[in-house]
Order: sequence, then structure tokens, then C-alpha cells
Amino acid sequence: MMKWLHTMASSAWFYRFAGKCLPWLIAVFTVLFLAGLYGGLVLAPADYQQGDAFRIIYIHVPAAWMSLFIYIVMAVYAFIALVWRIKLAEVLLISSAPIGAAFTFLALVTGSLWGKPMWGTWWSWDARLTSELLLLFLYWGVIGLYAAIEDKRTASRAVSILTLIGVVNIPIIHYSVEWWNTLHQGSSITLTDKPSMATEMLIPLLVMATAFKLYYAISLLIRTRAELVAREPNSKWLKQVIEENNHD
Amino acid sequence: MIAFRHRHEALNPILFFVLVCLLFPLGIGPSPQLLKTIAPGIIWAAALLAILMSLTNVFRSEYEDGTLELMVLANHSLVILSMIKLLAHWLLNVFPLILLAPIIASALGMGFDVQMTLIISLLLGTPVLLMVGTTVATLTLVIPQNGMLLALLVLPLYVPVLIFGSSAVNATAIGMSAAGPLYVLAALCVLSLTLAPFAIVAAIKTGVSQ
Amino acid sequence: MTEFFYMGGYAFHVWTSYALAFLVLIINIVGPSLRHKKNIQIARDIQQFNEMK
Repeated sequence: MMKWLHTMASSAWFYRFAGKCLPWLIAVFTVLFLAGLYGGLVLAPADYQQGDAFRIIYIHVPAAWMSLFIYIVMAVYAFIALVWRIKLAEVLLISSAPIGAAFTFLALVTGSLWGKPMWGTWWSWDARLTSELLLLFLYWGVIGLYAAIEDKRTASRAVSILTLIGVVNIPIIHYSVEWWNTLHQGSSITLTDKPSMATEMLIPLLVMATAFKLYYAISLLIRTRAELVAREPNSKWLKQVIEENNHD
Repeated sequence: MIAFRHRHEALNPILFFVLVCLLFPLGIGPSPQLLKTIAPGIIWAAALLAILMSLTNVFRSEYEDGTLELMVLANHSLVILSMIKLLAHWLLNVFPLILLAPIIASALGMGFDVQMTLIISLLLGTPVLLMVGTTVATLTLVIPQNGMLLALLVLPLYVPVLIFGSSAVNATAIGMSAAGPLYVLAALCVLSLTLAPFAIVAAIKTGVSQ
Repeated sequence: MTEFFYMGGYAFHVWTSYALAFLVLIINIVGPSLRHKKNIQIARDIQQFNEMK
């Protein structure tokens, strides 16, 4: 078991494994993404109150879910990196940050675009919007701190600690619509209750959410491979990989 | 003791706090109604900024003269050493703020009962700010000219404390119970006091291993 | 067809959102891929340099 885990944590193994997975991930992602687009833009009926503007939900909600999901995953990587000092966890952590920041940014901007016609304002300082904005700053903070520290192993440790401190923001974001009076609507989809959304509207949403998760995996794997090469240019496994590619 | 030796450094955050608070009536105009309404926010924000300013000094002199490495190697528990240091820092830098707060609050027109909530919220919230801030400051110790980065890293973590703190005071100001936010602040206080020391020690070790 | 693009009057909001999403998705795959290729090139150079020594 430990041997298997140690194999998984090795850069060489991960690099090759990621390379093999990528084409499949990209294929499945493309199918799901296109299906989600078609379902959301064409098949789902227009909302009774919001008309076609509600279709923004198919970008906004999956992006917001990803912004939270990625941070939690980063916190797990951070914990592993701190406790067991596994280099791969460090690389996965720092590679996830820009993706998380991108999704947070997307959630905020699409939310703003949706808010203008619905609430009449581009922005409001209510609890959910503010805490999601804080999440964006947390992501930027992680990226900035890592870039500012020269020695990358020290940088990884620092960033792991920072990530774990920032985790407290996640429950704040999630429960913000329950704890405070907010402009943002409450949760219509929870793990336990029946969703309060019509099925034809819900399915494309879930499809897009899955597609975005696959996208995270794809972007993460590409970024991690790039970072592994940057960190270990002189390694034997990389020499082998380059030679194999030369023979192709 | 060392903190007391550097007490001229402690004057800066306190002075900063008072000056910032004074800026607002000067800048916004002396309308008593308006000042009374925004006073909780002003005092809380000024206290937060003053603490932020003092963060870079917490372990700076130890880092620069090598004492920090000695502390890591020493037999005494680093956790206890840093807790003592932080307690001294709080007593010297933050406690005077809390003592001055009622005076400034009166100057801004805050009622007595509201001031009580203000003091309680500051007593609960400032340790959180100091703990979390020191952890991040220690992480950035190794970076030269870390002031800007430190502020950017720490502010998203500070905002929840600010919101709970000032909403507690605002609640009392409009006659409602401040119990909710105060309980959250208390929880954050306990959480940070128990967990932060270990994070700070981890951060110190990270910085020293460079 | 034009109804589809018109999105009930919300064309700007809906299409900008989707366009931004596309942009984000493309940038976050193309960027890292290019960087990966560049890193491999740099690694190759470093390894050749070390072999020459």
C-alpha cells in the first residue's frame, strides 16, 4: 500500500500517467461541455420571471461551485504537503490556484452581468458577493506569495499554510445566504433535499458542473506537467521522456 | 521585556489609530448624526489597520539579528516562546488602542452601552487579528519589502473579523442584541488562540530553514 | 434563429457571459500547454549543456 502511494507521488509516474489520461479527459469534457451548452441554451425552457437571462446560470453556478471546490481541494493538497512533505502535492497545490482564481473571476463577472438586468445593479456589498470577492483575493494571495519567495520548497510550505488559514472563508461563502439577509438568492440545490428547480433546467446545470470538473482536471494536469518539467530539468525520468518523444 | 525596549515602535500603531479616527470627522464633516452612525466602522477599521501596521515588527528584530534561529534551536518550546512574545506585543500595541477606543468613541458621539459592546468586540477580535496577521507576516518575513504583499494577503482574512466586529457594535447602536456576532467573534478568538501558535511556529521554521 | 441570438433582450448579458467562459477555458489550456512545450525545450537545452561538460 505504501509502495503504491509512493509510486503515485513520484514525478515520473505522475507525468506519464497524466499524459495518458489527458486525451480521454479532453474527449469526455468536450462531449459534456457541448451537451451542456446545447441543453442550457436551446433545450431548457426560458424562465417564467427572468426570461432568457437565466441561461447565465449555466456558466455562473458551475463556475461558483468550482471556485469553492478547487479551494477545498487545494486545502487538502496543502495538508498533505505540510504533513507528509510530498512534492507532488506542492505542485498540484500551486497549479490549482490560477484555475481557481479564473473560476472565481468568471463567477463574479457572470454574476455581475446577471445582476444588472435582474437586480438593477452590477454589484452589491452583500455577504455572498463580498465573500466570493475575498476568495478571489485569497487565490491571488496564494499565487503572489509563491511568486515572491525565491526557494520554491519554502514557497510551497508558506503557501500551504496560507491556504489552510484561508479555508475559513469557504463556509462563510457557502452559508452566507443563510446567515445574512442577502440580495443573492438562497440555495436551490442541496445535497439532501429535492432541488427546487425544474428538471429540464437542472440537467444541463449538472452536466455543465461535471464538465467544469473535468476541465479542472485537464488544466491541472497540463499545468502540473509543465511545472514538474520546470522543477526537475536534469532528472533521469525527464531525459527518458524526451528521448521517447524524439523517437516518435 | 524586549517589546518594551522597542516601545517607540509601539507608539506608531497607537498614533496611527488616533489619527485615522480623527481624519473622519475632519474629512466628512462634523454632522453628529452621521458620525454616530459610522463610528463603529471607523474605529474597527482604524484598529484593524493599526494592528496591520504593527505586524511587520513582531519578529523582525529577532529575524534580523539571528535570535530567531536561536529560538528555533533552543530547548524551550517555540510555541510558548512565540505566545509570550505575542502576548507582550498585544499588551503593548493593542491594549492601549482598546483603552483609547471609548474616548474616541465618545468624541464621535457613541453612546455608553454601544461603547461597552465596542470594547468587548475589540477584546475578542484583536487577538484574532494579531494571531492571523502574525502567521502571515512570519510567512513573508523572508521576502524583502514585504509590506505591500503582507497587506494584500492579510486583508481578505481580516474582513470577516471586521464585519462581525462592527456589526456587533452596530447591532447595539440600533437597540438589538449583539450576541450573535459576539459569539462568532468569541469562537474565532478561541480558534485562533489555539491553532495559530502552531501555524506561527511552522511559519517560523519555514522562514528560518532558508 | 435571430430569436436565439436575441435572447429575449438579454443578448449582451448572456453572450458576454458565455464568451468570457470560452475565453477563460481556452486561455487556461492553451497557456499551460505552451508553457509546457517551452519548459521541455529549456530542459532539453539544460541536459545537452550538462552532457557537453
